[in-house]
Amino acid sequence: MSTAADERNARAPWALTAPALMLFVGVLLIPLAMTVMLSFHDWGQYKGIEPVFILKNWHEIVTDPYYAEMFWRTFRIAILTTLLTALLGAPEAYILNRMDGRWKSIFLLVILGPLLISVVARTLGWALLFGGNNGLVNKLLMSAGVISSPIPFMFTETGMVVALAHVMMPFMVLSVWAALQRLDPQIENAAMSLGAGPLTIIRRIIMPQIMPGVLSGAIIVFSLSASAFATPAIIGGRRLKVAATLAYDEFLNTLNWPLGAAVATLLLAALVLIVVGSNALIERRYAEVFR
Amino acid sequence: MAYLELDRVAKQFGVQTVVDDFSLSVGKGEFISFLGPSGCGKTTTLQIIAGFLDPTRGAIRLEDKNLAAIHPAKRGLGIVFQSYALFPHMTAAENVAFGLEMRNVPRGERAERVRAALAMVGLAGYEDRHPRRMSGGQQQRVALARALVIKPSVLLLDEPLSNLDAKLREEMQIELRQIQRTIGTTTILVTHDQNEAMSLSDRIVVMSQGKIEQIGTPQETYERPASAFVSQFLGKTNDFAGTIDRTVVPTQLVVGSWRAPAPAGLSGPVTVSVRPERIGFGDAGLSAKIMTRIFQGNHWLFQCDSECGPAIVIRQNDGQAQPAEGDAVRLTWRPEDMSVRARAGA
Ligand SMILES: Nc1ncnc2c1ncn2[C@@H]1O[C@H](COP(=O)(O)OP(=O)(O)O)[C@@H](O)[C@H]1O
Ligand SMILES: [Mg+2]
Repeated sequence: MSTAADERNARAPWALTAPALMLFVGVLLIPLAMTVMLSFHDWGQYKGIEPVFILKNWHEIVTDPYYAEMFWRTFRIAILTTLLTALLGAPEAYILNRMDGRWKSIFLLVILGPLLISVVARTLGWALLFGGNNGLVNKLLMSAGVISSPIPFMFTETGMVVALAHVMMPFMVLSVWAALQRLDPQIENAAMSLGAGPLTIIRRIIMPQIMPGVLSGAIIVFSLSASAFATPAIIGGRRLKVAATLAYDEFLNTLNWPLGAAVATLLLAALVLIVVGSNALIERRYAEVFR
Repeated sequence: MAYLELDRVAKQFGVQTVVDDFSLSVGKGEFISFLGPSGCGKTTTLQIIAGFLDPTRGAIRLEDKNLAAIHPAKRGLGIVFQSYALFPHMTAAENVAFGLEMRNVPRGERAERVRAALAMVGLAGYEDRHPRRMSGGQQQRVALARALVIKPSVLLLDEPLSNLDAKLREEMQIELRQIQRTIGTTTILVTHDQNEAMSLSDRIVVMSQGKIEQIGTPQETYERPASAFVSQFLGKTNDFAGTIDRTVVPTQLVVGSWRAPAPAGLSGPVTVSVRPERIGFGDAGLSAKIMTRIFQGNHWLFQCDSECGPAIVIRQNDGQAQPAEGDAVRLTWRPEDMSVRARAGA
């Protein structure tokens, strides 16, 4: 039997979430749907955007190898960045976690502090250090005679990976840090009392337990790197484009909005697929640790 | 001969002395409990034996070998942690097998010993369960099996039962005692539960603020507490102020109107401790009035107001008539049922 009170209770969650839901629909879902629709419109140098339904943009992206190469580059950079942050960030979080109270907070601040500084400022820092003949490091090394020409950093994938890894590191450290907090504080002592050495403890006891943290950190870093704009824009400029900078160019320089929309839509779809897929895999694989 | 020996062990954290002058010798096969309130340094002492903490001073010997010189991983001690510290990503069998793997025990023997260890703690058939899918009691058993399967020279247990509910705790106490008797492993148990310490151990080390208050069998510590702390901590007790009068012959111990021949070696003001169940109602003795009378099934609990302050009396419910609330009574006890200590500051 349903009473008026029951009905009110059933409606309450909807009423309470309505404002947030409206915001979500208004600023995310509608523009997203419009972007997807835009990617099927036509565009010409002189006629501008024509609201028709054609597959021209999609056909171009699929057939022109330029786009395949650009997408492949985008994901290659994201993967390498993810690997680099995992290789550096996981040990970093582990060492941090073993520090004494005061040092721990100081170094945590050092690691997380950059989050408070704009990505642009941080990336420009790299450019100042390694940018061509005038880069600080390049100048020093060249005047010391260690190298004869500037270290190739700007407009290279290596440079982009290094700068992105620097920007993304806090996310990986935080994620592994969270996993480390779930560890039993006596777990290492337990393994040690059973005869395990330090390396065995890390490999057999710690690693398997923080793996979910590393992987969820990897998902965050990967998706943020693949869709990153500021860092690739500064390091890669218009010479070394990734999906985000290409979409930006199509929108604001070429003014070919429909093509830009198609690139953005494809990037989003690919990311959603990769993130959802790997998340499901991780949860299944690490069911026992997550529980 | 002592099997495990702690010789004036001390531990300081900064300026705080957490364990001080801790000397104990444990015989082979003995079951020892460290008993004391939370924060008195029991875990610290256990961790020093395990090697997770270095003592600030003092020596530890196992079979006359200096234990401090041996790395914790090589000490071969079995440890059950309060939180169990099981490896959550491994099954019960893998958890138990870990120590054997570290010792390079061949696969076949390993499997057999793991099976036997799990069977011993009553977990046959749970080999492939992960710890997070087990109840607290089952996890506790896995932790015990994991510690015992390596045939440790000493088993260290840090409040292993404190996370279990009362009924399960009692069951595990009995089981723990049985297992320890069967395999004869020298065991040190840390607990703040006096009943647990008394029902399990051969000897109890009562600790307070990092110092040993008393070492003795459960009966000794209960019936002959060496200090006020011990008598208060191990169950209920009555402390009466008394005096030893050496001006009369024979010398007398006087507690209110209760009198007895004085014990040797003491004089002047003393504190007399008597357990509530050792006090009876008689014709002579401490005069008191019964304030409340509480029926508790197998016994009666009386709260009295005596001439020496409040007193608790416990009488078996043996079917005899008991005094009622408001009755004036005389409290009496046998001299051998009390412990007498010098009273400071009087
Ligand atoms: N690593 C440490 N640093 C500083 N003080 C500590 C540390 N470990 C324990 N202590 C202090 O030592 C005292 C005894 O602790 P512990 O041995 O854990 O007591 P128990 O196990 O008897 O409850 C406590 O006051 C605790 O705060
Ligand atoms: Mg403790």
